[in-house]
Amino acid sequence: MSTLMQEMNQRALDQGLPLSVHLDVTYRCNERCVHCYLDHDNHGEMSTAEICGVLDQLAEAGVFFLIFSGGEVFMRMDFFRILEYARSLLFCVTVKTNAFMIREREADRLRELGVQMVQVSIYSHRPEVHDAITKLPGSLKRSIAGIRLLRSRGVSVTLANVLMRQNLADHAGVQALARELGAKFTIDPTITPKMDGDRSIIGLGIGGDDLKQVFRNPDLVGDVEEFCAPPPRVDDDVLDELPCSAGHTACYISPYGDVYPCVQFPLPSGSVRKQKFLDIWRHSPELDEVRSIHARDLPVCSSCSHVGTCSRCPGLAYMQGNLRGPSSQDCEKSYARTGIPSANMLAKAAASKASHLVQIAGVRP
Amino acid sequence: MSPLYIARSKEIAARQLGGEMMIMSARDSTLFNLNDVGTVIWEAADGITPLEEIVGRKVCGEFEIDAAEALADAESFVRELAGHGILVVSDEPIGSGQVSGQPVAPPPASSEVPE
Repeated sequence: MSTLMQEMNQRALDQGLPLSVHLDVTYRCNERCVHCYLDHDNHGEMSTAEICGVLDQLAEAGVFFLIFSGGEVFMRMDFFRILEYARSLLFCVTVKTNAFMIREREADRLRELGVQMVQVSIYSHRPEVHDAITKLPGSLKRSIAGIRLLRSRGVSVTLANVLMRQNLADHAGVQALARELGAKFTIDPTITPKMDGDRSIIGLGIGGDDLKQVFRNPDLVGDVEEFCAPPPRVDDDVLDELPCSAGHTACYISPYGDVYPCVQFPLPSGSVRKQKFLDIWRHSPELDEVRSIHARDLPVCSSCSHVGTCSRCPGLAYMQGNLRGPSSQDCEKSYARTGIPSANMLAKAAASKASHLVQIAGVRP
Repeated sequence: MSPLYIARSKEIAARQLGGEMMIMSARDSTLFNLNDVGTVIWEAADGITPLEEIVGRKVCGEFEIDAAEALADAESFVRELAGHGILVVSDEPIGSGQVSGQPVAPPPASSEVPE
Protein backbone atom coordinates (compact mmCIF):
# COMPACT_ATOMS: atom_id res chain seq x y z
CA MET A 1 0.00 0.00 0.00
CA SER A 2 1.36 3.43 -0.92
CA THR A 3 2.19 5.92 1.79
CA LEU A 4 -0.48 8.28 0.50
CA MET A 5 -3.06 5.49 0.63
CA GLN A 6 -2.04 4.72 4.23
CA GLU A 7 -2.41 8.40 5.09
CA MET A 8 -5.83 8.43 3.44
CA ASN A 9 -6.91 5.39 5.44
CA GLN A 10 -5.59 6.85 8.67
CA ARG A 11 -7.31 10.18 8.04
CA ALA A 12 -10.61 8.39 7.35
CA LEU A 13 -10.19 6.35 10.54
CA ASP A 14 -9.32 9.40 12.64
CA GLN A 15 -12.24 11.40 11.29
CA GLY A 16 -14.74 8.55 11.22
CA LEU A 17 -15.24 8.73 7.46
CA PRO A 18 -16.67 5.86 5.42
CA LEU A 19 -13.88 5.62 2.87
CA SER A 20 -15.20 2.53 1.14
CA VAL A 21 -18.66 1.10 0.53
CA HIS A 22 -19.58 -2.22 -1.04
CA LEU A 23 -23.02 -2.00 -2.64
CA ASP A 24 -24.71 -5.12 -3.96
CA VAL A 25 -27.21 -3.96 -6.55
CA THR A 26 -28.91 -7.36 -6.82
CA TYR A 27 -28.67 -10.88 -5.46
CA ARG A 28 -30.03 -12.28 -8.72
CA CYS A 29 -27.46 -14.19 -10.72
CA ASN A 30 -27.15 -16.19 -13.90
CA GLU A 31 -24.72 -18.57 -12.21
CA ARG A 32 -25.42 -20.90 -9.29
CA CYS A 33 -22.00 -21.27 -7.74
CA VAL A 34 -21.79 -24.18 -5.33
CA HIS A 35 -20.17 -22.06 -2.60
CA CYS A 36 -22.34 -18.93 -2.93
CA TYR A 37 -23.64 -17.50 0.36
CA LEU A 38 -26.65 -15.71 -1.16
CA ASP A 39 -30.12 -16.66 -2.22
CA HIS A 40 -30.89 -15.41 -5.70
CA ASP A 41 -34.48 -14.29 -5.40
CA ASN A 42 -35.55 -10.66 -5.58
CA HIS A 43 -37.07 -9.74 -2.23
CA GLY A 44 -37.64 -6.10 -3.21
CA GLU A 45 -34.46 -4.55 -4.59
CA MET A 46 -33.94 -0.81 -4.43
CA SER A 47 -35.10 0.99 -7.57
CA THR A 48 -32.76 2.97 -9.81
CA ALA A 49 -33.88 6.21 -8.16
CA GLU A 50 -33.37 4.79 -4.66
CA ILE A 51 -29.85 3.64 -5.48
CA CYS A 52 -28.95 6.98 -7.08
CA GLY A 53 -30.29 8.73 -3.97
CA VAL A 54 -28.06 6.51 -1.83
CA LEU A 55 -25.09 7.34 -4.07
CA ASP A 56 -25.70 11.06 -3.50
CA GLN A 57 -25.60 10.41 0.23
CA LEU A 58 -22.45 8.32 0.00
CA ALA A 59 -20.65 11.04 -1.97
CA GLU A 60 -21.72 13.60 0.59
CA ALA A 61 -20.48 11.35 3.39
CA GLY A 62 -17.00 11.23 1.81
CA VAL A 63 -17.03 7.73 0.32
CA PHE A 64 -14.18 7.41 -2.19
CA PHE A 65 -14.07 3.71 -3.07
CA LEU A 66 -17.29 2.14 -4.29
CA ILE A 67 -17.63 -1.56 -5.10
CA PHE A 68 -20.61 -2.64 -7.18
CA SER A 69 -21.32 -6.31 -6.86
CA GLY A 70 -24.08 -8.87 -6.52
CA GLY A 71 -25.39 -11.38 -7.51
CA GLU A 72 -24.49 -10.50 -11.04
CA VAL A 73 -24.63 -6.74 -11.61
CA PHE A 74 -25.65 -7.10 -15.25
CA MET A 75 -28.84 -8.90 -14.22
CA ARG A 76 -30.10 -5.34 -13.64
CA MET A 77 -31.01 -3.72 -16.92
CA ASP A 78 -30.41 -0.33 -15.29
CA PHE A 79 -26.87 -1.13 -14.15
CA PHE A 80 -25.19 1.26 -16.59
CA ARG A 81 -27.52 4.09 -15.49
CA ILE A 82 -26.43 3.45 -11.90
CA LEU A 83 -22.78 3.20 -12.89
CA GLU A 84 -22.92 6.37 -14.98
CA TYR A 85 -24.49 8.22 -12.08
CA ALA A 86 -21.84 6.91 -9.68
CA ARG A 87 -19.04 8.03 -11.97
CA SER A 88 -20.60 11.47 -12.35
CA LEU A 89 -20.16 11.69 -8.57
CA LEU A 90 -16.48 10.77 -9.05
CA PHE A 91 -16.40 7.56 -7.02
CA CYS A 92 -13.47 5.23 -7.59
CA VAL A 93 -15.49 2.26 -8.85
CA THR A 94 -14.72 -1.44 -8.86
CA VAL A 95 -17.23 -3.72 -10.57
CA LYS A 96 -17.42 -7.36 -9.55
CA THR A 97 -19.00 -9.51 -12.24
CA ASN A 98 -18.71 -12.94 -13.78
CA ALA A 99 -18.25 -11.16 -17.16
CA PHE A 100 -20.62 -13.64 -18.80
CA MET A 101 -22.79 -10.84 -20.18
CA ILE A 102 -19.98 -8.51 -21.23
CA ARG A 103 -20.03 -8.03 -24.98
CA GLU A 104 -18.61 -5.22 -27.15
CA ARG A 105 -21.18 -2.67 -25.98
CA GLU A 106 -20.71 -3.40 -22.28
CA ALA A 107 -16.93 -3.38 -22.60
CA ASP A 108 -17.07 -0.03 -24.41
CA ARG A 109 -19.27 1.49 -21.71
CA LEU A 110 -17.11 0.22 -18.86
CA ARG A 111 -14.11 1.79 -20.60
CA GLU A 112 -15.90 5.09 -21.29
CA LEU A 113 -17.10 5.37 -17.71
CA GLY A 114 -13.57 5.12 -16.30
CA VAL A 115 -14.13 2.12 -14.04
CA GLN A 116 -11.02 1.54 -11.95
CA MET A 117 -11.14 -2.23 -11.90
CA VAL A 118 -13.34 -5.10 -13.01
CA GLN A 119 -13.00 -8.19 -10.85
CA VAL A 120 -14.06 -11.50 -12.35
CA SER A 121 -14.39 -14.78 -10.45
CA ILE A 122 -12.57 -17.54 -12.29
CA TYR A 123 -12.40 -20.91 -10.56
CA SER A 124 -10.35 -22.87 -13.05
CA HIS A 125 -8.74 -22.63 -16.46
CA ARG A 126 -10.56 -25.88 -17.33
CA PRO A 127 -14.21 -25.51 -18.44
CA GLU A 128 -15.21 -28.82 -16.86
CA VAL A 129 -14.07 -27.58 -13.43
CA HIS A 130 -15.14 -23.93 -13.68
CA ASP A 131 -18.55 -24.72 -15.17
CA ALA A 132 -19.18 -27.43 -12.60
CA ILE A 133 -18.71 -24.81 -9.87
CA THR A 134 -20.84 -22.13 -11.53
CA LYS A 135 -23.39 -24.72 -12.74
CA LEU A 136 -23.67 -22.70 -15.94
CA PRO A 137 -22.46 -24.57 -19.04
CA GLY A 138 -20.18 -22.47 -21.21
CA SER A 139 -19.55 -19.94 -18.45
CA LEU A 140 -15.74 -20.11 -18.53
CA LYS A 141 -15.66 -19.54 -22.27
CA ARG A 142 -18.02 -16.58 -22.04
CA SER A 143 -16.25 -15.07 -19.04
CA ILE A 144 -12.87 -15.25 -20.77
CA ALA A 145 -14.37 -13.69 -23.90
CA GLY A 146 -15.73 -10.84 -21.76
CA ILE A 147 -12.35 -10.34 -20.10
CA ARG A 148 -10.61 -10.22 -23.47
CA LEU A 149 -12.99 -7.47 -24.63
CA LEU A 150 -12.25 -5.48 -21.50
CA ARG A 151 -8.50 -5.93 -21.77
CA SER A 152 -8.50 -4.98 -25.46
CA ARG A 153 -9.95 -1.64 -24.36
CA GLY A 154 -7.40 -1.17 -21.60
CA VAL A 155 -9.78 -1.85 -18.69
CA SER A 156 -7.96 -3.26 -15.63
CA VAL A 157 -9.16 -6.73 -14.72
CA THR A 158 -8.43 -8.95 -11.72
CA LEU A 159 -9.15 -12.66 -11.79
CA ALA A 160 -10.38 -13.70 -8.34
CA ASN A 161 -9.74 -17.38 -7.69
CA VAL A 162 -11.71 -18.77 -4.75
CA LEU A 163 -9.95 -21.94 -3.68
CA MET A 164 -12.00 -24.98 -2.82
CA ARG A 165 -11.34 -28.68 -2.74
CA GLN A 166 -12.99 -28.88 -6.14
CA ASN A 167 -10.52 -26.55 -7.88
CA LEU A 168 -7.47 -26.70 -5.64
CA ALA A 169 -5.29 -28.21 -8.34
CA ASP A 170 -6.01 -25.38 -10.78
CA HIS A 171 -4.70 -22.18 -9.24
CA ALA A 172 -1.51 -22.30 -11.30
CA GLY A 173 -3.63 -22.65 -14.44
CA VAL A 174 -5.77 -19.64 -13.47
CA GLN A 175 -2.64 -17.67 -12.69
CA ALA A 176 -1.23 -18.52 -16.13
CA LEU A 177 -4.54 -17.53 -17.69
CA ALA A 178 -4.37 -14.18 -15.89
CA ARG A 179 -0.89 -13.60 -17.28
CA GLU A 180 -2.06 -14.46 -20.78
CA LEU A 181 -5.01 -12.06 -20.47
CA GLY A 182 -2.91 -9.26 -18.97
CA ALA A 183 -5.01 -9.40 -15.81
CA LYS A 184 -4.09 -9.34 -12.14
CA PHE A 185 -4.65 -12.44 -10.04
CA THR A 186 -5.80 -12.96 -6.49
CA ILE A 187 -6.68 -16.05 -4.47
CA ASP A 188 -9.07 -16.42 -1.60
CA PRO A 189 -9.30 -19.63 0.42
CA THR A 190 -12.25 -18.37 2.51
CA ILE A 191 -15.72 -19.83 2.12
CA THR A 192 -18.34 -17.66 3.80
CA PRO A 193 -21.37 -19.24 5.50
CA LYS A 194 -24.72 -18.44 3.90
CA MET A 195 -26.35 -15.21 5.03
CA ASP A 196 -29.18 -17.19 6.64
CA GLY A 197 -26.64 -18.84 8.93
CA ASP A 198 -26.37 -22.15 7.05
CA ARG A 199 -22.75 -23.26 7.45
CA SER A 200 -22.92 -26.38 5.28
CA ILE A 201 -20.97 -24.84 2.38
CA ILE A 202 -17.91 -24.29 4.56
CA GLY A 203 -17.12 -27.96 3.97
CA LEU A 204 -16.34 -27.10 0.34
CA GLY A 205 -13.30 -25.15 1.47
CA ILE A 206 -9.77 -26.36 1.90
CA GLY A 207 -8.13 -26.93 5.24
CA GLY A 208 -5.27 -28.70 6.96
CA ASP A 209 -2.48 -29.83 4.67
CA ASP A 210 -4.03 -28.24 1.58
CA LEU A 211 -4.08 -24.83 3.24
CA LYS A 212 -0.52 -25.38 4.42
CA GLN A 213 0.59 -26.11 0.86
CA VAL A 214 -1.12 -22.99 -0.47
CA PHE A 215 0.55 -20.85 2.19
CA ARG A 216 3.94 -22.28 1.31
CA ASN A 217 3.64 -21.57 -2.39
CA PRO A 218 5.69 -18.45 -3.26
CA ASP A 219 3.64 -17.97 -6.43
CA LEU A 220 0.60 -17.41 -4.24
CA VAL A 221 1.88 -15.69 -1.11
CA GLY A 222 5.16 -14.09 -2.18
CA ASP A 223 7.79 -14.30 0.53
CA VAL A 224 6.94 -17.62 2.24
CA GLU A 225 9.36 -17.09 5.12
CA GLU A 226 7.76 -13.76 5.97
CA PHE A 227 4.20 -15.01 5.37
CA CYS A 228 4.66 -18.08 7.56
CA ALA A 229 6.84 -16.46 10.24
CA PRO A 230 5.97 -17.22 13.87
CA PRO A 231 3.86 -14.46 15.43
CA PRO A 232 5.79 -11.66 17.13
CA ARG A 233 5.57 -10.98 20.86
CA VAL A 234 2.20 -9.61 21.97
CA ASP A 235 2.41 -6.15 23.56
CA ASP A 236 0.03 -3.30 24.39
CA ASP A 237 0.23 -1.88 20.87
CA VAL A 238 -0.96 -5.20 19.45
CA LEU A 239 -3.80 -5.43 21.97
CA ASP A 240 -4.92 -1.90 21.09
CA GLU A 241 -5.24 -2.75 17.40
CA LEU A 242 -8.54 -2.72 15.55
CA PRO A 243 -9.60 -5.92 13.80
CA CYS A 244 -10.26 -4.62 10.26
CA SER A 245 -11.90 -1.79 8.34
CA ALA A 246 -15.46 -3.19 8.75
CA GLY A 247 -17.57 -0.49 10.39
CA HIS A 248 -14.51 1.72 10.88
CA THR A 249 -13.84 3.03 7.36
CA ALA A 250 -15.99 0.64 5.34
CA CYS A 251 -19.44 -0.87 5.23
CA TYR A 252 -21.80 -2.87 3.08
CA ILE A 253 -25.25 -2.07 1.67
CA SER A 254 -27.52 -4.84 0.39
CA PRO A 255 -29.84 -4.57 -2.64
CA TYR A 256 -32.65 -3.99 -0.14
CA GLY A 257 -30.95 -1.00 1.46
CA ASP A 258 -29.81 -2.78 4.60
CA VAL A 259 -26.51 -1.60 6.03
CA TYR A 260 -23.99 -4.00 7.55
CA PRO A 261 -20.39 -3.53 8.71
CA CYS A 262 -19.16 -5.67 5.79
CA VAL A 263 -20.47 -8.05 3.13
CA GLN A 264 -19.09 -10.86 5.28
CA PHE A 265 -20.51 -9.46 8.52
CA PRO A 266 -24.33 -9.69 8.49
CA LEU A 267 -24.97 -7.64 11.63
CA PRO A 268 -28.02 -5.50 10.71
CA SER A 269 -27.06 -1.89 11.42
CA GLY A 270 -29.80 0.14 9.75
CA SER A 271 -31.63 0.67 6.47
CA VAL A 272 -31.12 3.49 3.99
CA ARG A 273 -34.79 3.06 3.15
CA LYS A 274 -35.65 4.31 6.63
CA GLN A 275 -32.75 6.56 7.62
CA LYS A 276 -30.10 8.76 6.07
CA PHE A 277 -26.86 6.91 5.44
CA LEU A 278 -24.85 9.32 7.57
CA ASP A 279 -27.24 8.87 10.51
CA ILE A 280 -26.67 5.12 10.32
CA TRP A 281 -22.92 5.52 9.88
CA ARG A 282 -22.57 7.90 12.80
CA HIS A 283 -25.21 6.69 15.23
CA SER A 284 -25.99 3.02 14.66
CA PRO A 285 -25.58 1.22 18.01
CA GLU A 286 -24.43 -1.87 16.13
CA LEU A 287 -21.66 -0.03 14.26
CA ASP A 288 -20.71 1.69 17.51
CA GLU A 289 -20.35 -1.69 19.17
CA VAL A 290 -18.21 -3.02 16.33
CA ARG A 291 -16.00 0.07 16.59
CA SER A 292 -15.57 -0.35 20.31
CA ILE A 293 -13.88 -3.74 20.00
CA HIS A 294 -10.10 -3.84 20.19
CA ALA A 295 -7.95 -6.96 20.25
CA ARG A 296 -7.71 -6.77 24.05
CA ASP A 297 -11.51 -7.07 24.30
CA LEU A 298 -11.58 -10.51 22.68
CA PRO A 299 -11.88 -13.03 25.52
CA VAL A 300 -10.12 -15.92 23.76
CA CYS A 301 -8.10 -14.21 21.05
CA SER A 302 -6.45 -11.64 23.34
CA SER A 303 -4.60 -14.51 25.02
CA CYS A 304 -3.59 -16.09 21.69
CA SER A 305 -0.02 -15.81 20.42
CA HIS A 306 -1.40 -15.08 16.93
CA VAL A 307 -3.44 -12.04 17.98
CA GLY A 308 -1.09 -9.56 16.29
CA THR A 309 -0.92 -11.31 12.91
CA CYS A 310 -4.14 -13.33 12.69
CA SER A 311 -6.52 -12.55 9.84
CA ARG A 312 -9.43 -12.96 12.30
CA CYS A 313 -12.57 -11.83 10.53
CA PRO A 314 -15.07 -10.34 12.99
CA GLY A 315 -17.86 -11.17 10.53
CA LEU A 316 -16.97 -14.84 10.45
CA ALA A 317 -16.72 -14.78 14.26
CA TYR A 318 -20.18 -13.18 14.41
CA MET A 319 -21.58 -15.83 12.10
CA GLN A 320 -20.00 -18.44 14.33
CA GLY A 321 -22.07 -17.03 17.18
CA ASN A 322 -19.95 -14.43 18.98
CA LEU A 323 -18.91 -10.98 17.79
CA ARG A 324 -15.97 -11.10 20.20
CA GLY A 325 -15.20 -14.77 19.74
CA PRO A 326 -12.66 -16.51 17.54
CA SER A 327 -13.20 -17.24 13.87
CA SER A 328 -12.25 -20.90 13.56
CA GLN A 329 -11.47 -20.54 9.85
CA ASP A 330 -8.87 -17.91 10.69
CA CYS A 331 -7.50 -20.03 13.55
CA GLU A 332 -6.97 -22.73 10.97
CA LYS A 333 -5.17 -20.30 8.68
CA SER A 334 -2.87 -19.11 11.46
CA TYR A 335 -2.07 -22.73 12.29
CA ALA A 336 -1.48 -23.61 8.63
CA ARG A 337 0.92 -20.66 8.28
CA THR A 338 2.97 -21.19 11.42
CA GLY A 339 2.30 -24.68 12.78
CA ILE A 340 1.40 -23.07 16.11
CA PRO A 341 -2.12 -23.85 17.34
CA SER A 342 -4.31 -20.92 18.32
CA ALA A 343 -5.65 -20.35 21.84
CA ASN A 344 -9.08 -21.33 20.52
CA MET A 345 -7.76 -24.61 19.11
CA LEU A 346 -5.98 -25.43 22.37
CA ALA A 347 -9.11 -24.64 24.39
CA LYS A 348 -11.24 -26.82 22.13
CA ALA A 349 -8.74 -29.69 22.37
CA ALA A 350 -8.71 -29.40 26.17
CA ALA A 351 -12.51 -29.31 26.32
CA SER A 352 -12.76 -32.32 24.05
CA LYS A 353 -10.31 -34.23 26.25
CA ALA A 354 -12.27 -33.29 29.36
CA SER A 355 -15.63 -34.28 27.87
CA HIS A 356 -14.09 -37.58 26.77
CA LEU A 357 -13.01 -38.27 30.36
CA VAL A 358 -16.45 -37.37 31.65
CA GLN A 359 -17.96 -39.78 29.19
CA ILE A 360 -15.70 -42.61 30.32
CA ALA A 361 -16.53 -41.85 33.95
CA GLY A 362 -20.20 -42.06 33.08
CA VAL A 363 -20.03 -45.59 31.61
CA ARG A 364 -21.82 -48.10 33.81
CA PRO A 365 -21.16 -51.82 33.83
CA MET B 1 0.60 33.51 -25.85
CA SER B 2 -2.61 31.62 -26.67
CA PRO B 3 -4.91 30.80 -23.77
CA LEU B 4 -4.69 27.40 -22.13
CA TYR B 5 -7.81 25.45 -21.31
CA ILE B 6 -7.95 22.69 -18.71
CA ALA B 7 -10.52 20.00 -17.98
CA ARG B 8 -10.73 17.28 -15.35
CA SER B 9 -10.03 13.95 -17.04
CA LYS B 10 -12.90 11.50 -17.26
CA GLU B 11 -10.65 8.74 -16.01
CA ILE B 12 -10.27 9.89 -12.44
CA ALA B 13 -11.96 9.48 -9.09
CA ALA B 14 -11.89 12.38 -6.65
CA ARG B 15 -13.17 13.28 -3.22
CA GLN B 16 -12.51 15.97 -0.66
CA LEU B 17 -11.40 14.10 2.44
CA GLY B 18 -10.85 15.97 5.64
CA GLY B 19 -10.18 19.19 3.77
CA GLU B 20 -7.81 17.64 1.24
CA MET B 21 -8.62 16.72 -2.36
CA MET B 22 -7.71 13.12 -3.13
CA ILE B 23 -7.58 12.08 -6.79
CA MET B 24 -6.94 8.67 -8.26
CA SER B 25 -6.06 8.00 -11.86
CA ALA B 26 -7.94 5.11 -13.46
CA ARG B 27 -5.05 4.76 -15.89
CA ASP B 28 -2.55 3.49 -13.36
CA SER B 29 -4.33 3.74 -9.96
CA THR B 30 -1.88 6.39 -8.81
CA LEU B 31 -3.22 8.44 -5.93
CA PHE B 32 -2.61 12.18 -5.66
CA ASN B 33 -3.45 14.78 -3.07
CA LEU B 34 -3.78 18.44 -3.92
CA ASN B 35 -3.05 21.40 -1.72
CA ASP B 36 -5.48 24.30 -1.40
CA VAL B 37 -4.27 26.14 -4.52
CA GLY B 38 -4.20 22.91 -6.53
CA THR B 39 -7.74 22.12 -5.40
CA VAL B 40 -9.00 25.54 -6.52
CA ILE B 41 -7.48 25.06 -9.98
CA TRP B 42 -8.78 21.49 -10.14
CA GLU B 43 -12.31 22.46 -9.25
CA ALA B 44 -12.32 25.30 -11.78
CA ALA B 45 -11.06 23.05 -14.61
CA ASP B 46 -14.28 23.09 -16.63
CA GLY B 47 -12.70 23.05 -20.09
CA ILE B 48 -14.01 26.49 -21.05
CA THR B 49 -12.42 28.92 -18.58
CA PRO B 50 -8.85 29.82 -19.63
CA LEU B 51 -6.19 28.97 -17.06
CA GLU B 52 -5.11 32.62 -16.90
CA GLU B 53 -8.63 33.60 -15.86
CA ILE B 54 -8.79 30.81 -13.25
CA VAL B 55 -5.50 31.91 -11.77
CA GLY B 56 -6.41 35.61 -11.86
CA ARG B 57 -9.89 35.20 -10.45
CA LYS B 58 -9.69 32.18 -8.18
CA VAL B 59 -6.06 31.78 -7.16
CA CYS B 60 -4.85 35.38 -6.89
CA GLY B 61 -8.27 36.31 -5.55
CA GLU B 62 -8.14 33.82 -2.69
CA PHE B 63 -4.42 33.56 -2.04
CA GLU B 64 -2.03 36.51 -1.97
CA ILE B 65 0.22 35.47 -4.83
CA ASP B 66 1.92 37.46 -7.60
CA ALA B 67 -0.11 36.94 -10.81
CA ALA B 68 2.76 36.21 -13.21
CA GLU B 69 4.45 33.84 -10.78
CA ALA B 70 1.15 32.14 -10.02
CA LEU B 71 0.38 31.60 -13.71
CA ALA B 72 3.82 30.12 -14.38
CA ASP B 73 3.43 27.78 -11.39
CA ALA B 74 -0.11 26.87 -12.46
CA GLU B 75 1.03 26.04 -16.00
CA SER B 76 3.73 23.77 -14.68
CA PHE B 77 1.22 22.20 -12.26
CA VAL B 78 -1.47 21.48 -14.87
CA ARG B 79 1.06 20.03 -17.31
CA GLU B 80 2.33 17.71 -14.59
CA LEU B 81 -1.22 16.55 -13.82
CA ALA B 82 -1.86 16.13 -17.55
CA GLY B 83 1.19 13.86 -17.68
CA HIS B 84 -0.51 11.62 -15.12
CA GLY B 85 -3.81 11.66 -17.00
CA ILE B 86 -5.52 13.70 -14.28
CA LEU B 87 -6.19 16.80 -16.35
CA VAL B 88 -6.67 17.44 -20.05
CA VAL B 89 -4.82 20.51 -21.34
CA SER B 90 -5.58 22.14 -24.67
CA ASP B 91 -5.10 25.38 -26.62
CA GLU B 92 -8.81 25.27 -27.41
CA PRO B 93 -11.92 24.99 -25.22
CA ILE B 94 -12.65 21.42 -24.24
CA GLY B 95 -16.15 20.00 -24.70
CA SER B 96 -18.16 19.07 -21.63
CA GLY B 97 -18.21 15.46 -22.86
CA GLN B 98 -14.55 15.25 -21.97
CA VAL B 99 -14.86 16.70 -18.48
CA SER B 100 -15.42 14.45 -15.46
CA GLY B 101 -17.85 15.21 -12.68
CA GLN B 102 -20.46 16.61 -15.07
CA PRO B 103 -23.86 16.29 -13.44
CA VAL B 104 -26.05 13.43 -14.62
CA ALA B 105 -29.73 13.86 -13.92
CA PRO B 106 -30.89 11.33 -11.37
CA PRO B 107 -33.77 9.16 -12.56
CA PRO B 108 -37.24 10.21 -11.46
CA ALA B 109 -38.45 8.54 -8.31
CA SER B 110 -41.60 7.27 -9.96
CA SER B 111 -41.94 4.26 -12.24
CA GLU B 112 -38.48 2.99 -11.39
CA VAL B 113 -38.42 -0.71 -10.86
CA PRO B 114 -35.37 -2.92 -11.05
CA GLU B 115 -35.39 -5.17 -14.08
